[in-house]
Amino acid sequence: MESDRFATSAVALVKPAIKTAGIKILIIDILTIVEMELRKLRHEPTVLFTRAVQPVLWLLIFGQAFSRVRAFDTGGVTYQTYMTPGILSQSVMFTAIFFGLSTIWERDMGILQKFLAMPIPRVALVLGKALAAGVRALCQVTIIFLLAAITGIPLHWHPALLLAAAGVVILGAVFFATLSMIIAAIVKTRERFMGIGQLITMPLFFASNALYPISIMPDWLRVVASVNPLSYMVDFLRGALVSGQLTSWQADVGILLVACILATAVGTYLYPRVVT
Amino acid sequence: MEVIVEVEQLKKSFGKHTAVKGVSFNIAAGEVFGLLGPNGAGKTTIVRMLTTLLPPDSGRATVCGYDVRRQAARVRQCIGYVPQALSVDGALTGYENMMIFAKLLGLKGKERNKRINDLLQFMQLEDAASRQVCTYSGGMVRRLEIAQAVLHYPRVLFLDEPTVGLDPVARKGVWEILAELRQIYRMAILLTTHYMEEADTVCNRIGILNHGEMVVKGTPAELKAMTGNPGASMDDVFTYFTGNYLDAGGDFRGIRQVRHISRRLG
Repeated sequence: MESDRFATSAVALVKPAIKTAGIKILIIDILTIVEMELRKLRHEPTVLFTRAVQPVLWLLIFGQAFSRVRAFDTGGVTYQTYMTPGILSQSVMFTAIFFGLSTIWERDMGILQKFLAMPIPRVALVLGKALAAGVRALCQVTIIFLLAAITGIPLHWHPALLLAAAGVVILGAVFFATLSMIIAAIVKTRERFMGIGQLITMPLFFASNALYPISIMPDWLRVVASVNPLSYMVDFLRGALVSGQLTSWQADVGILLVACILATAVGTYLYPRVVT
Repeated sequence: MEVIVEVEQLKKSFGKHTAVKGVSFNIAAGEVFGLLGPNGAGKTTIVRMLTTLLPPDSGRATVCGYDVRRQAARVRQCIGYVPQALSVDGALTGYENMMIFAKLLGLKGKERNKRINDLLQFMQLEDAASRQVCTYSGGMVRRLEIAQAVLHYPRVLFLDEPTVGLDPVARKGVWEILAELRQIYRMAILLTTHYMEEADTVCNRIGILNHGEMVVKGTPAELKAMTGNPGASMDDVFTYFTGNYLDAGGDFRGIRQVRHISRRLG
């Protein structure tokens, strides 16, 4: 019905593009959003390096100093080595948790409104953005990982384990980025978003096994740590990069996956509300 | 005449404030319909409801025959939307902005490249296409946005204050482009503006909004005739129907946004 009426000489090409629906289109949409974010990153690659500075300081200063304190069993490695997966995970979380700020910024600019008025499934918008955060996190983690390796922190270089670790880094980033978009959709302003972001990052970091094992925590903190997705990310990365033994990978990956699915579902529901 | 946008008794409240109080109007295929009114009159809220960004509280609106609430996905396929703020990604180049949009609109292969290049050329942006958009002038950004919004040849184009914050030359350029696009693509255009004289020259029909109500609608000539003064300007028409031109409200965010735009345009 759309166009044939207008199919006169000069305007013969004027035909509305009708986009079909389906899983293939969904995947293309997600990848297009990822592509957009990566193109932006390509124009501003310095952020990746500046974001890698802080974690490296944690490793080199905090890690080195605390390596002299042998307060708990690190499984036969130095404390610096023990904490490396924790710092990698922390840097992923810190970056991803402020990712939602771009949602608010895009709302203020009107960019988000434009995307929401286009024939793109909402879930593709949310997952595309979150996956882009995952790829960002992966670049950042690679830089930290290489710097850690250069400074002599002994890490495993098994290709299969590295690949698995990369997958888990993406999962973790997807979860925290989606959580961040959910917060953005609820609070709606930058000021409140920054407040909440700062309020939750440190507790999430400390209430995890990033810096110390869950076994030395008081009972109440153990409960928090065991529902904190960050703990499962650290656990997997520690297995893959430090001990080389993935003893509980099913639980780690399973819990991260469930967390991602839940966050994506809630995010998809709430995301369009940023503009209302 | 084919009706492409149908709005009946549309209502929307934000908390206690009723932004749109039962507005009705129709737009025919190929027509340019202007929504006029002071800041806070409800223009943007209407556009956001018709573009499926905001669900109406009550009333009915269809675009291309699809209900904006129940068939939102269908509506999104046949509309183009240019929001009030200059909303292109400054970190990407003009070409990249076009390409991402084209992909998301489901355009493929040669057809995609052809449309992108044709539109960039039409908008006189082909030389700037490989530059990052943050280096563009306000008028160039606006042209790029309009190009993005018509990539899929929508049947209705929604423009929210398309010339706000632009200098007079850029403003004239935008109107010329819209007139030409309309001729080529035969699309209906709904635009909001508070520049009365511009509305007079580009709109086939005008609806004047005040405090969320449609005060009057008709062709510019009809509206002028209604004032009883044949030589009336559009400003006179506006004052006649709304009572007070200076009674412009506008919420804080609206004002902040206009300031923001003006600042970005330097």
